[in-house]
Amino acid sequence: MTEEVVDLSRLQFALTAMYHFLFVPLTLGLSFLLAIMESVYVMTNKVIYKDMVKFWGKLFGINFVLGVTTGMTLEFQFGTNWAYYSHYVGDIFGVPLAIEGMMAFFLESTFIGLFFFGWDRLSKVQHLTVTWLVALGSNLSALWILIANAWMQNPVGTEFNYITMRMELASFADVFFNPVAQVKFVHTVAAGYVTGAVFMLGISALYLLKGRDMAFAQRSFAVASGFGLAAILSVIVLGDESGYTTGEVQKMKLAAIESEWETQEPPAAFTLFGIPNPENMTTDYAVKVPWVLGLIATRSVDEEVHGIKDLVAENEKKIRLGIIAYGAFQQIKQQENQTPEVLETFEQHKDYLGYGLLLKKYTQNVVGATDMQIKQAALDTVPNVSVLFWAFRLMVGSGFLMLFLFIMAFYYCAKRQALQKRWLLHLAVFAIPLPWIAAESGWIVAEMGRQPWSIAGILPTHLSVSSLTVGDVYFSLAGFIFFYTFLLVIEMFLMFKYARLGPSSLNTGRYHFEQQGSKT
Amino acid sequence: MIFDYETLKIIWWLFLGVLLLGFALSDGFDMGIGTLLPFIAKNDKERRVLINVIGPTWEGNQVWLILAAGAVFAAWPLVYATAFSSLFFAMLLLLFALFFRPVGFDYRSKLKNQTWRNAWDWALFCGSAIPAFLFGVVFGNLFLGIPFHFNDELRLFYTGSFWQLLHPFALLSGFVSLAMLIMHGATYLQLRTEDIILQRSRKVTCWIAVIYIVLFVFAGVWSIFLLPSYHLTFIPDVNQTLNPLMKLVEITEQGWLYNYKQHSWMLLAPIGGTVGGAFVILFTLGKHPKFAFMFSSTAIIGVILTAGFTLFPFLLPSSTHPSHSLTIWDASSSQMTLMLMFWAVVFFLPLIILYTRWVYKVLRGTLTVKTIEDNQQTMY
Repeated sequence: MTEEVVDLSRLQFALTAMYHFLFVPLTLGLSFLLAIMESVYVMTNKVIYKDMVKFWGKLFGINFVLGVTTGMTLEFQFGTNWAYYSHYVGDIFGVPLAIEGMMAFFLESTFIGLFFFGWDRLSKVQHLTVTWLVALGSNLSALWILIANAWMQNPVGTEFNYITMRMELASFADVFFNPVAQVKFVHTVAAGYVTGAVFMLGISALYLLKGRDMAFAQRSFAVASGFGLAAILSVIVLGDESGYTTGEVQKMKLAAIESEWETQEPPAAFTLFGIPNPENMTTDYAVKVPWVLGLIATRSVDEEVHGIKDLVAENEKKIRLGIIAYGAFQQIKQQENQTPEVLETFEQHKDYLGYGLLLKKYTQNVVGATDMQIKQAALDTVPNVSVLFWAFRLMVGSGFLMLFLFIMAFYYCAKRQALQKRWLLHLAVFAIPLPWIAAESGWIVAEMGRQPWSIAGILPTHLSVSSLTVGDVYFSLAGFIFFYTFLLVIEMFLMFKYARLGPSSLNTGRYHFEQQGSKT
Repeated sequence: MIFDYETLKIIWWLFLGVLLLGFALSDGFDMGIGTLLPFIAKNDKERRVLINVIGPTWEGNQVWLILAAGAVFAAWPLVYATAFSSLFFAMLLLLFALFFRPVGFDYRSKLKNQTWRNAWDWALFCGSAIPAFLFGVVFGNLFLGIPFHFNDELRLFYTGSFWQLLHPFALLSGFVSLAMLIMHGATYLQLRTEDIILQRSRKVTCWIAVIYIVLFVFAGVWSIFLLPSYHLTFIPDVNQTLNPLMKLVEITEQGWLYNYKQHSWMLLAPIGGTVGGAFVILFTLGKHPKFAFMFSSTAIIGVILTAGFTLFPFLLPSSTHPSHSLTIWDASSSQMTLMLMFWAVVFFLPLIILYTRWVYKVLRGTLTVKTIEDNQQTMY
């Protein structure tokens, strides 16, 4: 494997995953909002709520299909571009993916058709049930995918098998109840709800600013502001930083996010602002808030938040243990050397095998690695501090901006003054991109923070790729860029068209453009 | 654990068959109809009839494919890794073609412009015909073997090229698959349409069924007389944990008949594949669309079982290093994973079938141009 194949494969995965996540959060959020609005319709019998479900459902549909389209890519890609990864961890990683298909994706995809086409064929309550099942399906889908992702960050419940040369499942309960998975799930779906709410709030604000379809837009605005406030509070309060203390690689990620080179006396100060300087391993111009980091990260005043330098030193030790593990593993593979001592050595050190594999970037002969190579591999365990530091702040900044927006929107909605606060309506429109900025930066933090690992502490990224040529990966990358650009242009075109048209697109005769037409 | 490892491996081989059948029997007619779309529907309204016949349900049907892939990932990680990375270009082509389906169905009706709609009709055609053809090509290559091998850390190396996948036998298999799914689509149209489209569907069904039978029989003869076959000559205890480098496989010149000689009841599969096709013609001419559809399903079951029975226990034979071939014995997941996934399947599969049935029941009935005219706004 050349370095270039690894880099291109990473780039391709990052691009396609981030592209996929343009559509996922909106699906998560809108499906829930649709179910809420339809519940109101069934309870109050007011047709306007049915229209709301149908109109926002149209936009939901335009978005949903691209989520489905781009989701397939991710599944395929594990096999096409990350074959060694698929082999090495498929025994565990494949499980949540397959269960996701059976429990969630099937549910969502089977009922989505009835959501659009079942209005006249189902009773009100039946249709409402269908809508809730779609929302349930998309949320369960997120659950299993995040269990899979959390396992990459904090691989629990697994053991190496030297016969099959891969990681195997040891405890499904550990995988399912992975603490990282739990915080990740809540954080991510709540972020999806925020996305749905900002989207609905912003577009409704646009109608309010233009003074059309007022009753429709006001109700949508109100639903979105209440739902959004609850959602953004969950995202922030249950922010997944709390998950960073579990799992060794997660600790390094936390240190990198904070550009925390040295271990501080607890409780650690939070670096609000600064310029990370990876060359000298310092943070220049740092503005610090005492205590805050310790409180956020450890929920205590006496636990340490480890600094990067200390973690690197620890990792160097682990790499040396990993060399012993790899040496024993090589002997085991030659059947005649399977003495009890060798097996015992391997048992004792096998948790560090992954750290030994880090050296494969520099030498095939892991056991004979030089001191220089070991030190270099230890330094490789530091992810890109500058990117993490800034991406995290971008995410949190966007989050607090949205918190402000929802507090204001909810407050003025409650006082029935939202309509008069034109600055608020303008803010709501301009805030539409914020949840996407926050979500994409969040994934950058989560996944770049995991480097140099594809499975934290177990499998280095550079070993995970398929044996492809640079040309192969250029071909697939070019294909994705071409098709994805094409699809995005069409999606945005339809989205803007229908958002501008508003509920008039339902052809009920009750809304702005239709009535205008009949007057002239 | 209630099953030993060996039994679990066989159960999972059967599950894979069930998932592939779920896909071929349901999404199969979606792909068949997508392929027929530009040809048997002459104007926008007729095309909308075809699209709305499958529009509300195709999405659930496609999940069978996603799930089959996911199940291979979980149950045979090495097969997943090898199939997808060795057949790299074929898989990408398949993926790119599949892109057109979700957007094609949903976006086509969003604008009235005829050029827009015609473009999406062809997109749907590509998104249906290309995958239907490629599935056959991939299966054909399983019979031929794929040039791959492993190093001692089970890193996989593929030594072939894209063009090598287009061996004449693989192309023939591709056409078998395409013809079979078009036949299935056309019989489904007989069930769900009326008047002129129904008449055209009948005509198409008969012609394509003849083509399908001829191609299928031809492929069978080819695989018996002209193809070398793979034969497992040694493997350690299959109840143990194995890797694919521990067995011996020979290539013989005797054709792919070994399993049928051992178990003659397996011959029911190819017979079903052929006779099913013949009965499709019979019941189409007799205007019994339900039976035509039933026998088209029988034909599909026959074809997929034929592939499975012929290859057993191979999943992916290697043409350059036969002993590195992947079989159900030495490429499967751990016993714990297989057992866990067994329970997942036993619990969820009946549930899926149950609610899918309900959805089809709600949406039952035929569609005509008049239905489209009456529901201009709500239908695709």
